[in-house]
Amino acid sequence: MQRIKTILSSAWTALFGDPVRAFGVVSLVLLIALAIAPAKEHFSEWHRYQRQYLKLIHNRGDALSLQRRFQPGIHQIWLPNLGVVDRCTTCHLGLNEAGLADVHQQPFSKHPAIPHSLDGFGCVICHGGQGAATTVSEAHSSERAGEEPILPARYIESGCGQCHQDQLPGTPQLNLGRSMLRRYGCVHCHAITLPDGTKVVATDHPPSLAHIADKTTREWIFSWLKDPQAYSASTTMPDFKLSDTDASDISAYLVSTSTPLPGDNATLDVKSAMSADPSAGPSLYGESFCSSCHAVQNAAGNLVGGDLGPELTRIGNKAKPEWLKAWLQNPRTYDATTPMPHYRFTPQQIAILAGYLQGKSDSDYGANVHLDPGTAVQIAHGRKLIVELGCAACHEINGVQKPENFAPELSSIGSKPLAQILFLPGMEHALSSYIVTKIRQPRAFGTSVKMPQFTLTTAQTDALTTALLALTSRSRSMPDSLRVAEIQETNYQPAGHAGKLMTELACLSCHRINERGGDMAPDLSWEGSAIQQQWLVGFLKNPNTLRPALIRRMPRFNLSDNDNKELTDYILAVYQSPSIDPDFTLPAMNAAETVEHGRQLFYSKYACQACHIVDAKTDKGYIGPTLTQVGSRLTAAWVYAWLRNPQALRPGTIEPNQNLSDDDARALTAFLMSLKGPGRRGTKQ
Amino acid sequence: MTRQFASCMTFRPYGWVTLLALTTLVGCQRGASPAPGLKATATGTAIVESSGGHQIGVTGTALNDPLVVQVNDDQGTDVTGALVEFHGPAGVNFDPAVVLTDSSGQATTTVTLGAFAGRYKLSVVTPGKSHPVTLEVVETALGYQQRLGSILADKYCNRCHDPESSPERVSNYDNLAVKPHPFTEGDTLNKMSDADLTSIIVHGGPALNRSALMPPYGTTLSAADVRALIAYTRAVADPPYQPAGTVYARK
Repeated sequence: MQRIKTILSSAWTALFGDPVRAFGVVSLVLLIALAIAPAKEHFSEWHRYQRQYLKLIHNRGDALSLQRRFQPGIHQIWLPNLGVVDRCTTCHLGLNEAGLADVHQQPFSKHPAIPHSLDGFGCVICHGGQGAATTVSEAHSSERAGEEPILPARYIESGCGQCHQDQLPGTPQLNLGRSMLRRYGCVHCHAITLPDGTKVVATDHPPSLAHIADKTTREWIFSWLKDPQAYSASTTMPDFKLSDTDASDISAYLVSTSTPLPGDNATLDVKSAMSADPSAGPSLYGESFCSSCHAVQNAAGNLVGGDLGPELTRIGNKAKPEWLKAWLQNPRTYDATTPMPHYRFTPQQIAILAGYLQGKSDSDYGANVHLDPGTAVQIAHGRKLIVELGCAACHEINGVQKPENFAPELSSIGSKPLAQILFLPGMEHALSSYIVTKIRQPRAFGTSVKMPQFTLTTAQTDALTTALLALTSRSRSMPDSLRVAEIQETNYQPAGHAGKLMTELACLSCHRINERGGDMAPDLSWEGSAIQQQWLVGFLKNPNTLRPALIRRMPRFNLSDNDNKELTDYILAVYQSPSIDPDFTLPAMNAAETVEHGRQLFYSKYACQACHIVDAKTDKGYIGPTLTQVGSRLTAAWVYAWLRNPQALRPGTIEPNQNLSDDDARALTAFLMSLKGPGRRGTKQ
Repeated sequence: MTRQFASCMTFRPYGWVTLLALTTLVGCQRGASPAPGLKATATGTAIVESSGGHQIGVTGTALNDPLVVQVNDDQGTDVTGALVEFHGPAGVNFDPAVVLTDSSGQATTTVTLGAFAGRYKLSVVTPGKSHPVTLEVVETALGYQQRLGSILADKYCNRCHDPESSPERVSNYDNLAVKPHPFTEGDTLNKMSDADLTSIIVHGGPALNRSALMPPYGTTLSAADVRALIAYTRAVADPPYQPAGTVYARK
C-alpha cells in the first residue's frame, strides 16, 4: 500500500512537478485527444472504400475523368418529399459511372440500367436497408427494432410496385403476384386497400354452396375437403388440413342445408342418352372449344387447356349426371354470375356432351369413402367449423353469414415492423423471409393458425411476396404526382335485349369492352366501326377462324336468326369509335391502278406478307389475321385508320405503326378492300 | 443470400491487417466448404452435364431448372456416392453446394445467380482417383433491362426470329422467304454495332439494305424499349458478345 503510494507520488512529481513540465504533459494529452476525431475518420470504413476506389480507377484508361468526378467525403441523396436520406453513394461510388460497366467488384460497380435516375429516387426506396448509415453492417443488415435489412434481389420488383399500381412490362413477377392476390382469393379474407383508396377485388369465382347437394355428393365433398389438389391439381382451393371427422361434419352441414333448385334436374327429350358414335363426345367438346377455358390432364400428367373454368379431368367423379345436363342446358339457372356461356345446345348435344364428361372419372378417386347420414350433433359441429375456418368468406353458404375482416388487413404489410413479428427458430430476421414462409407453411407458425395450406411453386410464392412487400407505408405517404394509377376495371354492362344476350353468352369472359372483360379475345369496344354487318352475322353463325395459328377460338353458340340480328345490330350501332369517320370513302377506290399500286406496296415496300395471308396459295404469314376476304369483313374507314396508327385503335397491338403516308395508306386500303374472297371459304382445321 | 453476400463484403474495423487479408480474398469464392456428415463412398473419373446448363435466368433469382451432373468411372458407367462440389463466382448460391451422387450417379443442385447481369461460369468438381475432375457450366443472368428486352422480344419479335414453335405459339420462321436471325446467333449479330441494330429495329430491314420483311418499330417501341431489346440480344448471344473493354461477370 505504502509502495503504491510512493510510486504514484513520484509519478506525479515526474509529470507535474514543475509548471513547465505540467504544461507540456497537459498539451500532449490535449493534442492526442484532438487527434482522435480525424483518426477516427481516417480509419472509418467509408474512407477506406474511397481510397480503394481511387486505387481501382488509378490504372484505367478513363482514370482522369473518373477522378475528376470523384468527390471525397460523405455523399448524401436527400429527398424530403420521399423521406429519403441515403448515404449509400459514399461507398457505392461507381453507380452512375457508365465507364465502370465492366467492374464487378462491389461496392464500385455501375448500377444496371433502370428507368429512373438514382438522384431522383435514392437507393432504399427499392433496396431497403438503412440509407443514413455509414457502415456496411448497419446499412445492409441492421435488425434493430424498426430497421429492415436490405431486401433480397429476388423481391426487387416490389420497389416498383410502391408507385406503379399499373402493370409494367418490365415487372413480370410483381404483375403475377398482384394477379394471384386476386385470383387465389387472398382478398376474400385479407382486405387490401391500395394507396389511392381503391380496394383490391378478387377475380376468382368461388362457387355458391347453397344448392351443392344438387350438384354433387357428400362423399365427393368429403374427399375434396381432405385434399383439393388430389381432385384437381390446378385448383386454387387451399388445403385446410382437416381431420376425417371435421371434413365429414362440414360435408354433413353443407348437404343438410343445401336447398334444391327447380331447374337442376334436366328432363331431356332424347331417345338414347349416349350417341352410338364414340367420337361424337370428344368432337363436340373440341368444336365447342371447351378447352379454351377448361383444362384436362393428358396421359403425361400435363394440364392441357385454359384456366378460366375448373379443371375437368375427374368431373365424372364430382357432378351428378342430371345436374350436369341442366348445367349444360343453361348454366345461369344454377349460378347467375358464372363466366360460362349459355351455349344453346340441342338436347341431343347435351346428352352427348354430358355422357362424354361423365366418362372423365377416376375409379380410384374417393373409392373408400362411405359416409352415414349426418347426425344433428355432427351437423352442428360442421357449422361451428365452417364459421371458425371462414369458409363463408369465399363461398355462399346457407345459414352462415359472410364474415367481415376475417383475417388481418394487408394494406401496409410491406412496412410491418419486425418487432411485431414472431420469427420461427432458424428463420432469417427479415420481413421478406417472414412473408414467404407464412405463405409457404402458414401452419408452421402454430396450430391455432387458421390460414390454409396453398399449393404454390417457388416462383408463385416469390411473386406473392413481391406484391405484398410493395404495400409499404411509404407508398401511402408518397406525393400523388409520383403515383401511377392502375387502369380500373369498369362495371360496364351492355344494355337492352342485346345486353341480356351478351350476358348469357358471357362475351365479357373473353372479350374486353369499355375497360371491362377478359383478355383472351380481341377488344370489341370499336367493333362496330371495324366490321361489316353481313360478315358478323355469318361469323356468329359459324365462327371460322381468322388466325390459323391460334389454339383458343371463338365457339359457336347456335343463336337463332332473330337473336343473331339483334346482337349484330347492337354491336354495329353502339361500338363505334369516335375517331373513325363513318363517311370515309376512297376517291378512286376501285380504280384498278390504285389497287395495283396498293398490291405493290403490300408485297414490296411494306412486305405485309411476312405476317398476313392475302393469296392462300403463295402467302404463308401466320401472325396477323388472314386477309383473303378482308374486303368483305372490315370497313374501308377502319382499314385506313388502322394502317395509319394501329395502336391508336387497339393499344398494345403488335402490328407496327409504319408511319405510312396518306397516299400509301389509301392505296393499301384500296387493295385490301378489293379482296372480297371467293365466297365463304373458311380455313377450318 | 443477401446476408452471405453482405458478410462477404463486410470489412470490420480491425485495421490494416484485416483489410490486407480480405483484399487477398477478393472474389469471396463460395461453396467449397466440405459439408459435415457427407462421406464419399466412391470416386469417379469423369463428370458430365445431364441438364440445367446454358439456362437464362434472372439476377438474384433461382434458375428455373436444377443443375444436374453425372459422375462416371473409366468405363463410362455412373458412380453412386461420389462427392460433388459446386463452385461459382461471388454472389452465386447453390442449394446444396456439396452433394453425393444418387443411385443413378447424378448430383442435383438449385442455382441462384448473383446480382450482376451477365454470364456466370460455374465449376463442378469431383475428387477423382488421382486428381480432381472439373466440369465448367455457363449460365446467364438477365438484369432489369435485359429481361424487359426478353419480354418485348417475346411479344414483338420471337414469332419470326425464334424458329422453335411452342404449343402456345406457332413460329412464323419457316414461312418467311428471307430467314430472320435468331437472337442467339452471335456469329452474325455480334458483328453488328448497337447503332446498326438500332436502325434496323427503328427503321426496318431496308434501312441497312436488308429485307423489308423486317418492319420498322420506331413508332411502336420507345427508345428505352429498343435499348432493352439490344441489351437482351447481347446477353443471349452465342458465342458471347464481347464489347471492347468489357469482360464476363467474373474474370
